[in-house]
Amino acid sequence: MASYQLNINGRSYSVDADPKMPLLWVLRDLLNLTGTKFGCGMAQCGACTVHVNGNAIRSCSMPVSAISTQKITTIEGIATDNSHAVQQAWIAEQVPQCGYCQSGQIMSAIALLKRNPNPTDHDIELAMQGNICRCGTYPRIRKAIHRAAASIKQTPAKGF
Amino acid sequence: MQPTNSINRRRFLKLSSFTGAALTIGFYFPALANDSGEIITAETADSLGVELNAWITIDKTGKVSILNHRAEMGQGTFQAIPQMVAEELEVNLDQVSIAFAPGDQKKYGSQLTGGSSSIRSFYKQMLITGATAREMLIEAAAKKWNVAKEECYAQNGEVIHKPSNKKIGYGELVEEAAKLTPPKAVPLKQRKDYTIIGKPLPRQDTPLKTNGQAIFGIDKRLPGMLYAVVERNPRFLGKVKSYDDSAAKALPGVKHILKVQMPVFDTIREGVAVVADTTWAAMQARKALKIEWDDTGFEHLDTTTLYNRMKDDLQKPGLSQRTSGNFEAVYAKTDKKIEAIYETPYEAHACMEPLNCIANVTADHCEIWGPIQAPDWIQRDLSERLNMPMEKITVNMTFLGGGFGRKAFTDYTTEAALISKAINAPVQIVWTREDDITQGPFRPGAVYECKAALDNGRIAAFQTKMASQNMDHQWPHADKTHFNGSTTEALLEPYLNNIDHYSFADIPTQSPIPVMWWRSVYASTNGFAYESFIDELAHAAQKDPLEFRQQHLQNERYNALIDTLITKTGWDKRGKNEGWGVAVTECFKSVVGEAVKVSRKADGKIKIDRIVAVMDCGWYVNPDIIKAQVEGSIVMALGAATIHETHFEDGKTVEQNFDRYHMPRIMDVPDIEVYIMDNEEKPGGVGEPGLPPFAPALCNAIFDLTGKRIRKLPFNLSKV
Repeated sequence: MASYQLNINGRSYSVDADPKMPLLWVLRDLLNLTGTKFGCGMAQCGACTVHVNGNAIRSCSMPVSAISTQKITTIEGIATDNSHAVQQAWIAEQVPQCGYCQSGQIMSAIALLKRNPNPTDHDIELAMQGNICRCGTYPRIRKAIHRAAASIKQTPAKGF
Repeated sequence: MQPTNSINRRRFLKLSSFTGAALTIGFYFPALANDSGEIITAETADSLGVELNAWITIDKTGKVSILNHRAEMGQGTFQAIPQMVAEELEVNLDQVSIAFAPGDQKKYGSQLTGGSSSIRSFYKQMLITGATAREMLIEAAAKKWNVAKEECYAQNGEVIHKPSNKKIGYGELVEEAAKLTPPKAVPLKQRKDYTIIGKPLPRQDTPLKTNGQAIFGIDKRLPGMLYAVVERNPRFLGKVKSYDDSAAKALPGVKHILKVQMPVFDTIREGVAVVADTTWAAMQARKALKIEWDDTGFEHLDTTTLYNRMKDDLQKPGLSQRTSGNFEAVYAKTDKKIEAIYETPYEAHACMEPLNCIANVTADHCEIWGPIQAPDWIQRDLSERLNMPMEKITVNMTFLGGGFGRKAFTDYTTEAALISKAINAPVQIVWTREDDITQGPFRPGAVYECKAALDNGRIAAFQTKMASQNMDHQWPHADKTHFNGSTTEALLEPYLNNIDHYSFADIPTQSPIPVMWWRSVYASTNGFAYESFIDELAHAAQKDPLEFRQQHLQNERYNALIDTLITKTGWDKRGKNEGWGVAVTECFKSVVGEAVKVSRKADGKIKIDRIVAVMDCGWYVNPDIIKAQVEGSIVMALGAATIHETHFEDGKTVEQNFDRYHMPRIMDVPDIEVYIMDNEEKPGGVGEPGLPPFAPALCNAIFDLTGKRIRKLPFNLSKV
């Protein structure tokens, strides 16, 4: 066991954890931030996607000891009032069905739009291919990302 | 709107009936659920000493709460049910909230959310309940104003007196209304007057699913709760001979290690459970267990043996579900005979939320929380296994991260309860993805033999035989001589009115692999065989596949659907280098036609260019949810047709996680066009019927383009 000081969603958290414990389980079982989901445990499905310094990573495969001062953002740190352009686009296109994978989908989409504000369908497919949705919401995800891109172009503040 | 995950019923009713602070009405079923239930108020229920099947309550602020006895696994009951109640109650949808009802068969009848039944089985009850409350509120207002109730109407959460234009909010009326006797017959609105039903209103659960706040089973926490994972015998009927937990016990966070049994139908599968202070600690300790398995007494199958067995089984006569005329005689004497064998794979459900369940078993109570499709079955199952009266068992539902049939089973909940009982603490059992994909029950693989005789371009005789494990035969005390009642699932019913000689039979193939419902159940595999075969017959008869179907249906409703497919696809203007295929299937009282367009790209690979679906589910509530369900069904069908398959080797599952059990991903799925038929038919299912026609439509399109007939799923689209 070791002590870690983590910067998550702009707050500082102290946790005692096994150095090998993946960030996913630190978030879920130690900090009760359950918006980030367990899907496969081997970085194959994207349900556990969070941002580390703005980049989308699979938290199920990143040991807590690999994190020092990096800024971690989880779905809970995007906007609880759903005011982010990507969340609004997700609602406008009625993307979620069961909703389980959507935290991860949204985190991947936000990271994509940060580095590529004008993604083509192909760019979207490359960025989102690591996120599985068993309900099959993919066509709506594609539409929602285009919608969010257009919205951020018009009102950059909505992209945070 | 964060739903209360589950309401304490007693508190719910006390708040309403004893304080007179609300109007609460619901159906009271003297026996089990059927259409003869009677609507009574909470007050009446209390004075009669009966339990009210509490559907809705309206409080003093005019807010409406619905106790929903159905699961929400993505299919949209959390939206469709409030839309129905709000329409008849004349309130805005934002005045309505919905909560999960705990499992209780005595009060709600069957709560199994399966068979695409939430709307089609309960729409009348929902409409009548909303309308009854509305009429009681109108009557209360009329009394208050001392006017005739015929002079009053309800709108937007208020009762309005037409001559004077006086208005009063529902909240101010509930106390008086609760004293009234619910009217026996209430007028229901005409469909043309609907302002909420039939509209694509956004789902109220969406905002919870875009900000991480929705609570799924795996997210639920109880005070003092521990976490468990189980290393189960990798073979389906395997037991634990012995285990050494010395290394595992020494790891940090580990609290208990114990042998557990998991009942699967009438068999037992054994494993060793590790209980720890975090899920991850339990997973680590599980890896350190040394277990010797007992794998004797049952067959260790592999996929090749299993499919050879099914093919051998097809030589047997089979158990007939449905026959007409004399297939054999007509087939023997007709010149033009067509025969084909189709194969479909075993599949895992692979819900994105792996199975999990919280159990807290004490000396005199058992509480369950989890992603659950059938809370009342779990209540009954645990009552028997824990030897506890039903009322001591509370089964609470959360949002489900996918269900597809898998979460309508009681293995995972029973196992959780047995662990909690043994360690005397609340525990959340979590299945890893490997557990979820390898342990079944699976959709059963099937081999179909189809035969038909064509006479003058028409089907003179038609026969199918299905060799497959029979799901029903697995239950304790099952009658194994009984035919499979689902061999005509997916087939359009009117075909059978227009073919004189037919026979549908099955041969139950023996195997120790547990199998069960997978989205659209037998229709998911029957549909491929039957609608591929109909296409083969159309080509053999040298007829257009849609025209051939219409000639054999002779039914206005089905032909209207096919006409819509013709229009929406531009069927008559198909290009020369385009491959087009169609399939039309029927299950859970809905009919769906799908058309797929494929072409060969410059790299030589086949690509799906267009998918067009036409859904006829009769009377419907929310067209956008229907479209979403059809889209999702098609993506799930695409996966099972072209991407994934569960194999067995030496009695164990080969594919273990998404690295080998591949899923459709975003680049595999083109846009999907969905159209909904408007007609006066009764409501049909929505969550499943869009799945069966996709695979045959795709394979028929590939035949149209390449002349190659695909009769075995899955196949690799890039290698055709």
